[in-house]
Amino acid sequence: MFAANFDYYRASSVADAGRLLAEHPGAKLLAGGHSLIPLLKLRLAAPSAVIDIGRIAELRGISAGGDGLRIGALTTHAEIAASSDVQQHAAALAEAASQIGDPAVRNRGTIGGNLAHADPASDLPTVLAALGATLSVVGPGGERSIAADGFFQGLMMTALGENEVLTAITVPAAGGAGSAYAKFPHPASRYAVVGAAANVTASNGTCSGASVAVGGLTPAPVRCAGVEGALSGQALTAEAIAAAAEAVAGDVGEDLIGDVFASAEYRKAVASVYVRRALTAAAERAG
Amino acid sequence: MSTRIFGSGIRRREDPRLITGSATYTDDITLPGMVHAAMLRSEHAHAKITRIDTSKAAGAPGVVAVYTGADIEGALAPMPCAWLLPDSDLKIAAYPCIAKDVVRYTGDIVATVVAETPYQAHDALALIEVDYEPLEVVIDPEAAHDDGAPQLHDDIEGNQAFHWTVAGGGDVDEAFAEAEANGVVLKERILQQRLIPNAMETRGALAQYNQATGELTLWNTTQNPHIVRFLCSVVTGVPEDKLRVIAPEVGGGFGSKIAAYPADFITVFCSKTLGRPVKWTETRSENYQATTHGRDHVQDVELAATKDGKITGLRCTVHAGMGAYLSTAAPGIPTILHGLMLSGVYDIPAIKEDVYGVYTNGVPVEAYRGAGRPEATFMLERMVDILAGELGMDPADVRRKNFIPKFDDGHTVVTTLNYDSGDYPGALEKLLDHTGYADLRARQQAGPSNGKHLGLGLSTYVEICGLGPSQVAGAIGFQGGLWESAIVRFHPTGKVHVFIGASPHGQGEETTFAQIVASEIGVDAGDVKVVHGDTDATPMGWGTYGSRTTAVGGAALALAVRKIREKAKVLAAHLLEASVDDMEYEDGKFFVKGSPDKAKTIQDIALMANVAWNLPEGMEGGLEATTFYDPPNFVFPYGAHLAVVEVDASTGQVDLTGYTALDDCGPQINPTIVEGQVHGGVVQGVGQALWEGASYDENGQLATGSMLDYALPRADLLPDIDVISTVTPSPHHPLGVKGIGEAGTIASTAAVYNAVMDALRPLGVKRIDMPFTPERVWQAIQDAKGN
Repeated sequence: MFAANFDYYRASSVADAGRLLAEHPGAKLLAGGHSLIPLLKLRLAAPSAVIDIGRIAELRGISAGGDGLRIGALTTHAEIAASSDVQQHAAALAEAASQIGDPAVRNRGTIGGNLAHADPASDLPTVLAALGATLSVVGPGGERSIAADGFFQGLMMTALGENEVLTAITVPAAGGAGSAYAKFPHPASRYAVVGAAANVTASNGTCSGASVAVGGLTPAPVRCAGVEGALSGQALTAEAIAAAAEAVAGDVGEDLIGDVFASAEYRKAVASVYVRRALTAAAERAG
Repeated sequence: MSTRIFGSGIRRREDPRLITGSATYTDDITLPGMVHAAMLRSEHAHAKITRIDTSKAAGAPGVVAVYTGADIEGALAPMPCAWLLPDSDLKIAAYPCIAKDVVRYTGDIVATVVAETPYQAHDALALIEVDYEPLEVVIDPEAAHDDGAPQLHDDIEGNQAFHWTVAGGGDVDEAFAEAEANGVVLKERILQQRLIPNAMETRGALAQYNQATGELTLWNTTQNPHIVRFLCSVVTGVPEDKLRVIAPEVGGGFGSKIAAYPADFITVFCSKTLGRPVKWTETRSENYQATTHGRDHVQDVELAATKDGKITGLRCTVHAGMGAYLSTAAPGIPTILHGLMLSGVYDIPAIKEDVYGVYTNGVPVEAYRGAGRPEATFMLERMVDILAGELGMDPADVRRKNFIPKFDDGHTVVTTLNYDSGDYPGALEKLLDHTGYADLRARQQAGPSNGKHLGLGLSTYVEICGLGPSQVAGAIGFQGGLWESAIVRFHPTGKVHVFIGASPHGQGEETTFAQIVASEIGVDAGDVKVVHGDTDATPMGWGTYGSRTTAVGGAALALAVRKIREKAKVLAAHLLEASVDDMEYEDGKFFVKGSPDKAKTIQDIALMANVAWNLPEGMEGGLEATTFYDPPNFVFPYGAHLAVVEVDASTGQVDLTGYTALDDCGPQINPTIVEGQVHGGVVQGVGQALWEGASYDENGQLATGSMLDYALPRADLLPDIDVISTVTPSPHHPLGVKGIGEAGTIASTAAVYNAVMDALRPLGVKRIDMPFTPERVWQAIQDAKGN
């Protein structure tokens, strides 16, 4: 597989990356390369320049504070999956990161690259939407924060503005909430055919709050207000969870993804199974 | 050195270089002055080429030359087909190396660019302008055979490449009439989907033509370099004496590297024309598009049986998709290797099959691990399970009722094959005992647990391997022999070189053949080097496929070593001043009966034979022997497999939770390698049942064009595979060995299919097309519920 010609630049800092982006219209940022390089090799992307941000140290690493987790955009999936802070404060995120691709992909691929690429079948957008995460971006206008729930705007489309660089992801502290991710992986690509993330708060066995998102079957992650409303205030029994999960069919809308492997109708029909599994595991972890 | 080396699971000597990345594949070879070829492939599955303009590409940076179909006319002959089915109306379509007027599948070559770097060659492909006038496309082999179907080749009516029939035993129509009246008749449509072989190394060629000497060296990813030399000579006109074909390390083939390919010979043409070495390496996308696929059968099967489960007849019609052209060995696969095996392990009194080979707008179909035999096994094993379901019998009982009884020196089935040896009932009983089949059935009776339905699937199979007697090869239209050869050469120090005509590419014969030499003449296996894959270094041989390398080449080797043992005995008698008749041999030592302490070792003999200071009158110097072994019959490995699955009815997900393979390949030279071959084979067969399927859309575009969409088996989706065996030697083979390379694939697809259908039987599901994607399973459950 032979990519078309491109110029290569290595950015030394976020500011440097911004300068290079401004200088090279149409350039693409390269982090772990696990989304971009396959596109280059298949000549589905042929940017004139590639700007490598992979060695900017300030974009790497996980820190836990009182208000939650801050995850640098260059943190790899393997690092997230193995992080005890992530496992403790955002179990769904660790769970999802551990199921991305294969070990080679997890060792090189980064959370920032994954989110900015915004593949609808990707796992992390769904999880971050359910966890209420915010994304920090730096651009010509300075730094700003964007809620994960609004960041993903459609098939490979995000709220990132021109020449903005995604720098970090902040996940709020779990408090007593439990979270989980349940996935139907495509047997070939390992992307999500259906992915469901749930974040559940419970008090004395009753759901005091739930946030649920699904992806894989929709162009961008969808928050499931119907499921959330159906479970809120209910005792967290298997029956109540199963009944609430059924509401996902109404939550996902009509704009659904299907392909030769799994039709949109099928994905919609089985989505409730994965929502139920995510809710069940999240409820067990809440407390 | 003890003869116990035969049967010892020593480590594969091939592995260190493969695991550490220090093996040399075709693409690893770089020659001075080398340039790179890239192929422009048709984006249309069926179209007329109305204009082609290469001028922009020719002027692009680094481009050395651009060639089209017009440029190769007269220089490259059409691609030959080498399996000319007798007793059929075989029609071979013209198969040009570069399409000139019409393209017939997505991937057909329309032009070739040669440039200084592969990047420049690929950049220039985009600059070639081609105008196409699209034609109607047909992919399904049955539809392609219908009246009014788009015609691929002007001179081939109805796209029919051939109609071939096998019939044997009694009157099959009478058997069906009887069953209609007093027994049961079952009908089933089975789709054997197209599969992509997916060798880890894609294909490639490096051609170096010396314009001064007229000599050509071709490095090529092939399973059979001697056949490539022969066919390359035919297509390119380079005489065989000036043509050297080298198969360096070859990273798997699974049948896809048997055929000769246009791109290889185009590379030769480029080197001849330019006087520079030219390399072509296939991309993975090209591999999916243009390297041969496997299977592609539409099978309509009818089974006649008595009401107590005795099979009385089998009648079927198969439409076999051949793709756009006939690949090298393609016609023999859905016919000889399929139809003749339709009795399987069963005593079936009447069999008839009609096979229609049909041209379609897909990439040519060729051998793929098992090649014809998985399609036969599946057909039988599926019908046996359907019969069991119909009669309310356990599938094991239906098999017991129909097995050919144990035999150890030949059994002729109605399709005329003479099986060598087998104990099919014994294999099944051992499998059922080992797996606790009765307990599993009891667990199943308890009903689903957590919404998961347990299913058990049996597959009892026999395969035709060790291809094969050359006289038979001729009779069945194979345009070559099927013997194998070995040269064994002892050096003065007692070390050994073995040169073989076969061409292993992952099967481990560098190890097992050293074990054969060691066990036959008492040298250390580590002192034996096995040389293969170079037509200038090795004796002629027909290659590695059809589980034949050990079965045929191993026999040649054993007999060559035995010749050396006879010569060594004569020389030892001479040195010990004894009569040859008084000599004994044991573990590499030759001695006079009763005096083992005064022995001559094979190393002593090798030294004396090579220095030749003191040889018996008339004995030639050196210690070397050559054997060309033509087997008297095929070999027939067999076995019984059990798959255990759990099906989640809520999603349709199938989880293969257990798999046990019992295979009988005769005595095992290296049980570790046997186990590895079974593992790989089983997994590829499971892949067909659960995940794999090449899918073209209605325009003939490959919808599963990459590993993002084409699902290969992955380790974490598979259980530990339990491998057991029985040992039934082949009566006609010098070592008794059979073959194991394809066994797993031949058995496992049917085992997994039967297991899933067994799980779904209580839900009323009758049939699902492979692969069992969750949606197909889920939909079948919904349909059965009436949803």
